[in-house]
Amino acid sequence: MEHYISILTKAIFIENILLAYFLGMCSFLAISKKVDTSIGLGFAVIFVLTITAPTNWFIHNYLLKEGALVWLNSDYGVAGSNTINLSFLNSIIFIAVIAAMVQLVEMTLDRFAPKLYISLGIFLPLIAVNCAILGGSMFLVEREYTFIESTVYGFGSGIGFFLAISSMAAIRHRIRYSNVPVQLRGVGITMLLTGLVSMAFMAFSGIDL
Amino acid sequence: MAILDKKSKEALADPLMKNNPISLQVLGICSALAVTVQLNTAVVMTLAVVAVLSISNTVISILRNLIPSKVRIIVQLSVIASLVILTDQILQAYMYDISKQLSVFVALIITNCIVMGRAEAFAMQNTPGKSFLDGLGNGLGYGGILISVAFFRELLGSGSIYGISVVPDSFYDAGYQNMGLMVLSPGAFIILGLIVWAQRYVSGIEEE
Repeated sequence: MEHYISILTKAIFIENILLAYFLGMCSFLAISKKVDTSIGLGFAVIFVLTITAPTNWFIHNYLLKEGALVWLNSDYGVAGSNTINLSFLNSIIFIAVIAAMVQLVEMTLDRFAPKLYISLGIFLPLIAVNCAILGGSMFLVEREYTFIESTVYGFGSGIGFFLAISSMAAIRHRIRYSNVPVQLRGVGITMLLTGLVSMAFMAFSGIDL
Repeated sequence: MAILDKKSKEALADPLMKNNPISLQVLGICSALAVTVQLNTAVVMTLAVVAVLSISNTVISILRNLIPSKVRIIVQLSVIASLVILTDQILQAYMYDISKQLSVFVALIITNCIVMGRAEAFAMQNTPGKSFLDGLGNGLGYGGILISVAFFRELLGSGSIYGISVVPDSFYDAGYQNMGLMVLSPGAFIILGLIVWAQRYVSGIEEE
């Protein structure tokens, strides 16, 4: 149990997917102008990351990894299937799975939780191309997480993204009436502020896990 | 550049300064920051993005009349993803060390908004030749910012340029220290913020 809590804390604070790995910056910069929309996007990211991380884990471990197709040999007698390595297909399959999962989540929500569906609105289809989602799946392959670890990691990364984007939206809301140099307005000042927030998050790396 | 007519020239030159993908269109920041601790990874990343962007723009532009508009996103994504896989495999074959350092970020070119953005905004409406130039220009504009961020981060953070140390030993003896912050992620955000500021100041563009 402790092991999972440590992965969760790491994903949320110490190795925050946005502030330490810069994933999902595009939507972060574009959406963080308003607090309520950024909270909507944050929830959508938590949701989709928690679902896609374990799905992609399955795909990688039972279809694509070197030797993953060994079950073809034992169950169906396909000779030599234990040496097949399809992991070069990781990224294209992951992005397809993510797009499909997003579509599926969208339809399910529309049917069973229309209120949530309306509040997430256009963000759901948008996050299919959010680097944070694909990055999450790529990282769990690189770090060789187990199934539960990757679910926890996906969920934690989502929360990390949510925290970062909602706090940034709040800060941007506050500086709206500050006298920022004209050319620095918009992206420039947001990057500088993100640098400061990221510095604050770095303080968590002192936590010993 | 007498070979190029005016419009092609614009397609190539605009994204370098006036309409830079990173500092003005604000696309593709994700990968821009993670690979800029050292110059050599930034250069390799630039080459990868330029290659993917110009080829994907050309291919999508050739296919533009055949792609039904309802499924265009998925078609664009699969063209881009195949090119990225190709690039990744080439890097792993010939530059294994650097490809290890770039880790997942080469694969993340797939979700780099510049590539999708240019395919959608330019290649779907223009001829292959112009789209190629547009891809090239945007790739180089992206690379310009990437390399300048990496230059400052490596110089201030490790005291070297392209792996060759340039800060003389006498500086260190006198108490100069490398700025550890530059190697960490906040340094990237701050340097990029300042570069965007400088770039907008020079090109005189303001946001309302």
